[in-house]
Amino acid sequence: MSTCPSCEEPLESGDRFCGACGYDLSAVPAPPDDLPTVTLSTDVAAPAQTPDVDWPSAPELDSSDTPAPVHLPTDLPGTDSGGSELPSAVRFDGVPEQAGESAGDYTLPAPDPRTAPPEALATPPAGTKLCVACRAGHVDRDGYCENCGHAQPRERDHMEQELGAVAAVSDRGLRHHRNEDAFAIASAALPDGTPSVVSIVCDGVSSATRPDEASLAASRAASEALLESLPRGTHPQQAMHDAIVAAAEAVNVLAQEPGAAREHAPHQNAPACTLVGAIVAKDLLIVGWVGDSRAYWVPDDRTAPAARLTEDDSWAAQMVAAGLMNEAEAYADERAHAITGWLGADAYELEPHTASFKPDRPGVVVVCTDGLWNYAEAAEEMARVIPADAAHRPLHSAQVLVGHALDGGGHDNVTVAVLPFPVPPQGAGSA
Amino acid sequence: MAKFSKSSVPQFSVDVYQNEFLPEGGREVNAIVTVTSTGGGTVGGAVAAPQFYAAGRGADAAVALMVDCSGSMDYPPTKMRNARDATAAAIDALRDGVHFAVIGGTHVAKEVFPGGGRLAVADAQTRDQAKQALRKLSAGGGTAIGTWLRLADRLLSAADVPASSVRHGILLTDGRNEHESPEDLKAALDACAGRFTCDARGVGTDWEVKEVTGIASAMLGTADIVADPAGLAADFTRMMETAMGKEVADVALRLWTPLGSEIKFVKQVAPTVEELTDRRVEVGPRAGDYPTGSWGDESRDYHVCVQVPNAELGQEMLAGRVSLVIPGADGSAQTLAQGLVRAVWTDDMTASTSINPQVAHYTGQAELAQVIQQGLDARKAGDADGATAKLGRAVQLAAASGNADTAKLLSKVVDVVDAAEGTVRLKAKVAEADEMTLETRSTKTVRVKK
Repeated sequence: MSTCPSCEEPLESGDRFCGACGYDLSAVPAPPDDLPTVTLSTDVAAPAQTPDVDWPSAPELDSSDTPAPVHLPTDLPGTDSGGSELPSAVRFDGVPEQAGESAGDYTLPAPDPRTAPPEALATPPAGTKLCVACRAGHVDRDGYCENCGHAQPRERDHMEQELGAVAAVSDRGLRHHRNEDAFAIASAALPDGTPSVVSIVCDGVSSATRPDEASLAASRAASEALLESLPRGTHPQQAMHDAIVAAAEAVNVLAQEPGAAREHAPHQNAPACTLVGAIVAKDLLIVGWVGDSRAYWVPDDRTAPAARLTEDDSWAAQMVAAGLMNEAEAYADERAHAITGWLGADAYELEPHTASFKPDRPGVVVVCTDGLWNYAEAAEEMARVIPADAAHRPLHSAQVLVGHALDGGGHDNVTVAVLPFPVPPQGAGSA
Repeated sequence: MAKFSKSSVPQFSVDVYQNEFLPEGGREVNAIVTVTSTGGGTVGGAVAAPQFYAAGRGADAAVALMVDCSGSMDYPPTKMRNARDATAAAIDALRDGVHFAVIGGTHVAKEVFPGGGRLAVADAQTRDQAKQALRKLSAGGGTAIGTWLRLADRLLSAADVPASSVRHGILLTDGRNEHESPEDLKAALDACAGRFTCDARGVGTDWEVKEVTGIASAMLGTADIVADPAGLAADFTRMMETAMGKEVADVALRLWTPLGSEIKFVKQVAPTVEELTDRRVEVGPRAGDYPTGSWGDESRDYHVCVQVPNAELGQEMLAGRVSLVIPGADGSAQTLAQGLVRAVWTDDMTASTSINPQVAHYTGQAELAQVIQQGLDARKAGDADGATAKLGRAVQLAAASGNADTAKLLSKVVDVVDAAEGTVRLKAKVAEADEMTLETRSTKTVRVKK
């Protein structure tokens, strides 16, 4: 006996009483059998003690209620660091032609419906897509890959639209994580039945909240306003002015929405964006703008001079206008792109600029955000970049212009609309 | 009775606070995840007006009270008497219908009430019987806390309540765990962790802080010191009220991270700092569960730090999906709420260099808990310079973050010369209770000032 049966105090040999509690050791029978308490619960506790063999069974559905992807060891060695498959030349484990037989979630291409067993063709949950980045994982409901986490391209990352004589292209660019530009193009019949075309291009202000929603709301509101007022016979220049006011109101409303509290940054600015619009109606070319998005005039006869039709609401433009700096100095300054006018609840005072032109020859109007004109600032540069057949292929021209911005670095979202002047007669547009 | 209309199933919500913007080549994503559960709470309601809660009303629960009955509880004799009174107060706070048992702990564990390997169902009669049984408690014997926990586990797991019920223990000790090896205690904790939650209290100043906080940490409960035995009854009542407010047991924080990422750490940062990184249980591809125990009406904050694979400027990646789940026995899981931690690469230096205020705050609170521990360890080891430096930093952090409670506890251990600079002098004479209080409560944090 090494310890007192009453209080567990260590004993010395020869002790007849416990030194701590005075227990009579001579009367001690065998140790009480409640001592092995410790081991009694081992049965119950066993699973918890051996977690390394008690694998949890794989769930059918993961936390986002889509089928949990399953990996086989053979899936792993044949992928590069981005998770995509290596070309067979650098594989050591053989080309995985048997991939179709593996658990199925990462199978590419899809199993042949004629030969695959029925269970391989189980309908995936609605909206299940494969990731464009790793081409291995499914895309979850939030728009991220369940494998590599990459955000999937969103609808607005690249948008193209062609409507008879007018076309527009918008692209996220190469450095921004979302496209905060938006455009709207439309054609409206004037009261006398002659066609007119309209385009609106907006650039969300990144330093404000929800710039993408602001640009979308502004472009839609302005285009809807024009579609309503032009057929009624409102003078196009007045219609453009009213459309800008309507767009400003639409952006202001965003600031009041409960959604404004969605982002945990109450100190951030109210949603805001720039706007530039153009209307081609009969012999008139109307432009209207707020902010630093621009419209350019490029005659079909490239020997005639091209021109910029808008005057930026920007720090640089104001410096030049005030004669304090020349253009080169002003645009070299880091404040050059700080805008002094915009649509949004934080704008000091809305000053819609409109201008009316009567071009004496055919040409195209290029309506764009600074994501493009940063790479073709002068009107002559714009005229050089745009294809010669722009008036007949406006969509192609818009694509070429966006491509020019992306080739230059694509530092911002790029949006371009191309409108031919005059409006080509019905049916004579690009085919 | 506004609480009467509350649903008994709590609603969970998850809010994520982070700066998602990373510079070119940046890989580390930090986020504070605030989890709030509302709608469960019967805290107060059941206690203030138990007559409105018929038997079985509220969540099913089983509770085991473990009271130290070792010989030292008789020095002074008021200690045992206060422990008895406190246990009686806790029994009074039991909601009708809750299954409960009282365990007397020495070097062995004995069932004090109701006995026979069963639990009693709380009502007026059984509460009375339990309090009668408490009178028979007397001090004598050693201390082997592992045996108490194992007995509590056996009783709680045999309780006639649904598997999803809250199972909770309350453990009171006044001395060191001398009559079993630390390995025995560790084995008992490993066996019991996740099977029930347990609050631990040390009464007097003869117990080991790391033992008691270690038990509470492993069992996902709270730890505290009750230096004056007279304060036990109030503390026990509070603990039992909190336990009665728990509505959902075994909730896990599930973290999904993308392929090629590395989880730097996951820790609870409010109301206390609790390291969870090593407690991950894999549950599927790139997902793991961290235990959070049971929840009532409450809010907790977690700090998640993930290192994601690099991506190009303009790319956006989901760096983590944080969800609160109740894992089922069959591997399925019920998702209660979820939040997204994002990473967005940008060349906008203003965006990528700013630190989220919540992340900054809790990074400071975690450091505060750490430097207090290091400072007290250095002090015990006789390293006065090290202790002064660490505790000075602690004073500075506590002052800057507005952690007034911790600042007050620190001021009993050091003389503060300049709180802003962190200049302090060690006090020559420190009451043992003050030092133990500081050590026990060093992990308590405050939330960001709004």
